[in-house]
Amino acid sequence: MTERLWEILSDSFTKILVPGLTMTLPLTAIAFFFAMVLAVFMALAQFAGVPVLKQLSRFHIWVFRGTPLLLQLYLVFYGLPGLGVIIDPFPAAVLVFSLNEGAYCAEIVRAALEAVPAGQLEAGYCVGMSYLQTMRRIVLPQAMRTAFPSLANSLIAMMKDTSLASTITVTEMLMSTQRIIARTYEPLALYMEAGIIYLLFSTVLTKLQKLGEKRLSVYTAKESMIILPKRRPQAKWWK
Amino acid sequence: MVEVKGIKKSFGGTEVLKGVDIKVEQGDVVAILGPSGSGKTTLLRCMNFLERAQAGQLVFDGQAYDLHKVTKKEIAAIRRKTAFVFQNYNLFLNKTALQNVTEGLVIARKMPKDQARQTAEQALEKVGLSDRMDYYPSQLSGGQQQRVAIARALAAQPEIIYFDEPTSALDPELTGEVLAVMRQLAEEGMTMLVVTHEMGFARNVSSQVVFMEDGLVVESAPSKEFFQSPRSQRTQEFLRLVGQE
Repeated sequence: MTERLWEILSDSFTKILVPGLTMTLPLTAIAFFFAMVLAVFMALAQFAGVPVLKQLSRFHIWVFRGTPLLLQLYLVFYGLPGLGVIIDPFPAAVLVFSLNEGAYCAEIVRAALEAVPAGQLEAGYCVGMSYLQTMRRIVLPQAMRTAFPSLANSLIAMMKDTSLASTITVTEMLMSTQRIIARTYEPLALYMEAGIIYLLFSTVLTKLQKLGEKRLSVYTAKESMIILPKRRPQAKWWK
Repeated sequence: MVEVKGIKKSFGGTEVLKGVDIKVEQGDVVAILGPSGSGKTTLLRCMNFLERAQAGQLVFDGQAYDLHKVTKKEIAAIRRKTAFVFQNYNLFLNKTALQNVTEGLVIARKMPKDQARQTAEQALEKVGLSDRMDYYPSQLSGGQQQRVAIARALAAQPEIIYFDEPTSALDPELTGEVLAVMRQLAEEGMTMLVVTHEMGFARNVSSQVVFMEDGLVVESAPSKEFFQSPRSQRTQEFLRLVGQE
């Protein structure tokens, strides 16, 4: 490898990494936060069969899963100004990624809610708890545990998809890489460098997922048998 | 104390309860026997509104409720005085044994946390699980889980506890430990309505036996009388088949 190429690569590393830290990751984090709020809301609306909200959720999911993400970005950024609605690139990206990711995650959460045994809700009723109390304290926490690996998977997928935001002029990692390529004409090396940084990010997220799963799995059968709590001293009870 | 009159329930086109009457007095331990599909479980579930009956009346503490038209508020009020033990335990899987007992007390009954904890510890001690309070359901055997469920029921200080085949998912040894707890409760005067296949329990612990088949009560009698001199031919046949003649 030539010295010039090394120089370009080492020089551009921070120039790609910094937009990654200031654009790609914030966009991912903010959009995923709103996506989760939307997803839990839509999943609960469907699970509980709330009229109107349930249909609205189904409609939202139908539209956002059924059309390309790129088209959704174009529509919001290039299309909406036609109606006089002008949104800056970054908020536009946050909006589209939240709505799109929300649709996918809603399905994950809904499936997880349905996987919680019906008896959990009945047991809640029988100890006097209301539907909402039981959902909040018993059913939803269990569903989120089930949904966690799939949600983490979606998060990682979305982190990579934020590269599409370059098409609506968000200067995230891919856009920054392309700008350096335009100057240096070294696409092979620079795209690979960008790829490595993406890989770095997803590796960190994967590690976080592992950690999260471990913390959440205290009560699931496979994990819970490994470390049993200390038994408390007991008085004789058996007759 | 609790009385049900003319309860009817169908699922789709199948009539599961065809007008059942049942009466439980304070301190009674009533065993409901009968072959699978006779409607025993459905009866119990309707009595605690886990299923809504199409018709029938529930008299609870002298107050009459229409089982079909009962309101949410009335349901909540009745459930406060009852407890339910399920066949498959239905412990809250994300809560420890102790939390399973305190959950309803703190969240539904607004009991202060310290007091709830104390109540829960007492209830768990009573069922012989004071050494397993911090265990999650997945860390407990079936028998232990069912005893936690009984502790959860007890802690609410209900007027009556409904048991829906509490030992059907357990092997004979674990069945024994659960029945021992239930026998102890019976001796202490707890009012219980128990759907069961345990003939020993029905014979030796329960005070009344109700025999159901095909959505109807075939025979209802004090348990001694039921086992010694069954009136209907169907009951005689049933007792012969289960070896309790």
